[in-house]
Amino acid sequence: MTTKIRIATTSLAGCFGCHMSLLDLDERLVPLADLVEFDRSPITDIEHCTNCDIGLIEGGVCNSENVHVLREFRKNCKILVAVGACAITGGLPAMRNFIPLEECLAEAYIHGIGVENAQIPNDPELPLLLDKVRPLHEVVKIDYFLPGCPPSAEVFWTFLNDLIAGREPSLPYESVHYD
Amino acid sequence: MTKTIRIDGNTVPFEEGQTIIEAATAAGIYIPHLCHHPEFTPHGSCKLCTVNVNGRNCSACTFPAMEGQEVLNNSQELQADRQKITQMLFVEGNHFCPSCEKTGNCQLQAVAYHLNMLDSHFPHFYAHRELDASHAEVLIDHNRCIFCTLCVRASQEHDGKEVFAIAGRGINKHLIVNAESGLLKDTDLEATDKAAHICPTGAILIKHTGYQVPIGERIYDHQHIDQVSLAAEQNK
Repeated sequence: MTTKIRIATTSLAGCFGCHMSLLDLDERLVPLADLVEFDRSPITDIEHCTNCDIGLIEGGVCNSENVHVLREFRKNCKILVAVGACAITGGLPAMRNFIPLEECLAEAYIHGIGVENAQIPNDPELPLLLDKVRPLHEVVKIDYFLPGCPPSAEVFWTFLNDLIAGREPSLPYESVHYD
Repeated sequence: MTKTIRIDGNTVPFEEGQTIIEAATAAGIYIPHLCHHPEFTPHGSCKLCTVNVNGRNCSACTFPAMEGQEVLNNSQELQADRQKITQMLFVEGNHFCPSCEKTGNCQLQAVAYHLNMLDSHFPHFYAHRELDASHAEVLIDHNRCIFCTLCVRASQEHDGKEVFAIAGRGINKHLIVNAESGLLKDTDLEATDKAAHICPTGAILIKHTGYQVPIGERIYDHQHIDQVSLAAEQNK
């Protein structure tokens, strides 16, 4: 009996575009599924990750829940991977870093066009926003980075095959893009 | 007899008065650079062209070639140094490639690709920088300025104007324009000026042209900067 490689994935302050790109592996997902099993992931609906080999994280860190999830991944994944522009640089969500948080909230929930019953959401269950969106490497140690918006399916394929085969992952020049 | 230097063990001829990067370019050897441009006075500020000459690091764009020089260029250590320099350029400004219309045509990005830069390593500054959209045809996005002074030099040395300058020091360094209002529209810059086209990043852009070439079909989407750069600079 062979043990499968356990992979967990999540999206923090991301758009799920990187997950969609992972799914662009299309029919290659079938041979991949012979080698790996998915733990916590939007694909499985498992709530917490345990004893994983690889953690793939999309999106930067924009609120307190993102910080908790990121730390849980770091604690439970042997190899943690920042996937995509937002995870690596903060990306588009980080463009709010130049506007005070209060102004952002007011624009969205008080002064926005079509807003009714204007109020800033303050349910205690909602995670608090950080003053700035941060890339993952500013919060925990990251082992590998897959740039791109999103990284192509080819990038996931090359990277995962290298890792699973026990090789040091290396991306060919053509597959490294920041856009 | 031709005078020569050695770059990574290869004999490279040079003419009196040439810098190391000029001799290298003529011989088809690429040294990564951003602030260097063969048409303008060297500035030596980006430090990407750092090479090791007889045991000491110096900027290849300002250092004169001299008989007997042993130059290291493409060493693992220098490439690692250059990658760190590029990462510092990325975190000092705000370089959001997916939302920048220069992506794919950007030399900063292409140099980072060349150096296999996969992350920004350092904490991001997220410095608050302004946008100057006042000019009808040219836009300045200060978020992307790396202070290479190519626009300053192109304006002075080619266009015969004084449109741009760098003000301030250290972390307060910033690009300014020659108008009391501080706005580009009040300068004598024209869209046909060399200074409006020389920016290696997306800091100075010509308006209304951003997406004429789709992403994926741009210069560095398919060509490496070493080849593009050598081809362009050998023809000067």
